[in-house]
Amino acid sequence: MANFYKDNESLKHHLNHPMMEKIVELKERNFADADKFDYAPQNFEDAMDSYDRVLDIVGDICGNIIAENAEEVDHEGPVVKNGHVEYAKGTERNLEACRKAGLMGMSMPRRLGGLNFPITPYIMAADMVSRADAGFENLWGLQDCAETIYEFADEKQKEKYIPRVCQGETMSMDLTEPDAGSDLQSVMLKATKKEDGSYVLNGVKRFITNGDSDIHLVLARSEEGSKDGRGLSMFIYDKRNGGVTVRRIENKMGIKGSPTCELVYKDAPAELVGSTRLGLIKYVMALMNGARLGIAAQSVGISEAAYREALSYAKDRKQFGKAIIEFPAVAEILSTMKAKLDASRALLYACSRYVDMYKIYDDIAKERALTVEEKKEQKYYSRLADAFTPLAKGMTSEFCNQNTYDCIQIHGGSGFMKDYACERLYRDARITSIYEGTTQLQVVAAIRHVTTGTYLNKMKEFEEMSVHPEDEAIKNTLVFMTQQYADAVQAVMGVDDTSFHDFMARRLVEMAGHIIMGYLLLEDVQRNEEFRKSLEIYVKYGQAQVAQHASFIGNFQPDQIKDYLYSEKESTQEA
Amino acid sequence: MSLNIIVLAKQVPDTRNVGKDAMKADGTVNRAALPAIFNPEDLNALEQALRLKEKHPGSKVTVLTMGPARAAEIIREGMFRGADGGIVLSDRAFAGSDTLATSYALNAAIRKIGDFDVIIGGRQAIDGDTAQVGPQVAEKLGIPQITYAEEILDVNGKDITVKRRIESGVETVKGKLPLVVTVNGSAPECRPRNAKAVQKYKYAAVPSEVANDEKKQEFIESRPYLKIGEWSAADVDADLNQCGLSGSPTKVKSIENVVFTAKEARNIENTDEELENLIIDLIANHTIG
Repeated sequence: MANFYKDNESLKHHLNHPMMEKIVELKERNFADADKFDYAPQNFEDAMDSYDRVLDIVGDICGNIIAENAEEVDHEGPVVKNGHVEYAKGTERNLEACRKAGLMGMSMPRRLGGLNFPITPYIMAADMVSRADAGFENLWGLQDCAETIYEFADEKQKEKYIPRVCQGETMSMDLTEPDAGSDLQSVMLKATKKEDGSYVLNGVKRFITNGDSDIHLVLARSEEGSKDGRGLSMFIYDKRNGGVTVRRIENKMGIKGSPTCELVYKDAPAELVGSTRLGLIKYVMALMNGARLGIAAQSVGISEAAYREALSYAKDRKQFGKAIIEFPAVAEILSTMKAKLDASRALLYACSRYVDMYKIYDDIAKERALTVEEKKEQKYYSRLADAFTPLAKGMTSEFCNQNTYDCIQIHGGSGFMKDYACERLYRDARITSIYEGTTQLQVVAAIRHVTTGTYLNKMKEFEEMSVHPEDEAIKNTLVFMTQQYADAVQAVMGVDDTSFHDFMARRLVEMAGHIIMGYLLLEDVQRNEEFRKSLEIYVKYGQAQVAQHASFIGNFQPDQIKDYLYSEKESTQEA
Repeated sequence: MSLNIIVLAKQVPDTRNVGKDAMKADGTVNRAALPAIFNPEDLNALEQALRLKEKHPGSKVTVLTMGPARAAEIIREGMFRGADGGIVLSDRAFAGSDTLATSYALNAAIRKIGDFDVIIGGRQAIDGDTAQVGPQVAEKLGIPQITYAEEILDVNGKDITVKRRIESGVETVKGKLPLVVTVNGSAPECRPRNAKAVQKYKYAAVPSEVANDEKKQEFIESRPYLKIGEWSAADVDADLNQCGLSGSPTKVKSIENVVFTAKEARNIENTDEELENLIIDLIANHTIG
């Protein structure tokens, strides 16, 4: 009778963040649905109670169904039959439970069949699903794509597709191709406009998660002869129409329950979403931001699972006459894992609150003109969401990898065997820092906010926070780290050489990450003492990381980059 | 064809996680020490009811339970999963009921409901483990029964087809509506709570739960689907002599802690003599008789 919501107090802590009151009131438009829908909340407390109850259902399903099926699904995996995917039996059972529980289309408005949940409680559900089975999170989490339909498709399309998602039909985002991975501008899949104005798609997509889904969002080249991103448009392909077959599914290292498909489009009928040419530059960017937040949730969920596996093993396993958790070397690994986990979760939910705020304002702006004050807030949170999304995706996925690595380390030789869950977690974790943009690409997205000062401004805001007297010392440490960061940014940007900026970008972004996560934990401790240990440990850790990067940057001459660059001469020697 | 389905459910102490204070000195269950839950096999029964409802649109599922007002919690649990409503049969006169008095009271409530096609209950409750209430309800109502059901395969007109689990395998039987079906724990698990239903029905209550809260009463009044019935013995025209302790011939003689150890295992040869000796032993130590 495991319940992944009830056994994890930190979810409730983040759900009860003071900002939620504003988020809920805006999302519910002052509870305008209260008498229109029998499941709509009457007021803020009622809404929070509903989130709590629904998350309890998610926790129940995750603990008793999805987690129970995870190992079997990992072994069995999906198969291709007659050009279509058959999920593992456990996957089918998971999907059925989620459908019956009405956990699809959670953030969609009620008029389209959704629960009208803000992103924050939805991401909490994703956090738990990932802890139960990261591979299943991919299928379930692709309901995110409905957001893109909601934001950019026309009313008819919304009414056609979104209720289907809420009923439990699955989605996919068909972006990657053999020659267009990180570089999506090179997408070649051809969209041809027919005489009646409709489109057909022809070509191949690769590495498509849940590629045999019911409703696909497809990036395709609609402008013949174009070469770059401006010739790409977004389409909906409805599986009911036929035209797309699965050629093969990849044999992957992890998330094995999630089918990664190669798709062949043969005159597949498709509907244009929004305007032509905006496919990549506007819609995919929005889609990716949502997906990146989802991967951050997935990373946190895996980290949680890894920490729990490691903790329970370290308590049970006895060597030299005592439980191994009593050895300082093991205790340090575990407490550091916990600190990274808590810091990751703090960043994840800060980011999801920012996303909530700007998205709700965007949506309200379609109904009425925003006031000057509201516009200001919309801009403020939109910028923060833009800055925090790549930071969260980058930091949480790297920590998730570190935590699953450490989880195996705690298990020792047993962890290397297939007998324990930790090896699956380790394999599942590996993709998180790769897909939806590698960590290196998250740095590319985040560095703008290093140079324009978004992160620094946020740190300065945090400095204004009033803290318990006993927390002044740790706050001063964070203030000092902020100064080191600001100095490092100046040192790097002071050099007039973009390749030097690129070379140092990851270090600067990570420094910002450590400081911001430290401040977020400090903020958590003001409301909840449970986070104190993680705050102390994380700031110690972050302090050392920041100092290390500062030292590297301070001792580096820009022309030393050439030592790192690959030259043809070396390659001949190797050959 | 739409059906009126009644699900018999019981709120029980969770005896699957029993601690040392699970029983009181007088031999009754210490309900305060154990969390109250929806009897597991009644959840299997509810799932069969909900599946019937899906196959026969327009059907209505009513959960009926006997217990104190707080037993309304399992009616809400049922509504969260898809039941349309429910009734708590609650009266001091029902206190101390054994299976005979319980089935008498349930039968009186069902007669009061009047319109029903299928009555579905779990095989047995995990607190008493008698498996008697379902069959007794059928007898008292004078209708047929199918026990140990695993799946209700079909309802067509007045005919019902049920797959039942028996010791040596499965058996498919047919019956005539109206009838009682008791469902085995090997039947499919109940579906999870539904997010919309939880939000819709979370304030559903029996009148005595909201007796001191006018605001809640008003809210429930404005949304009739939030009303859970609360019936007394008088409401169901029950004969008080057949209710509660006075209607219960079963008396607990004594209760003791039994710790099983491996050395108590005994091999009994399949001979008349050995079996007779066993019966004598069991009567002597009050296991039977």
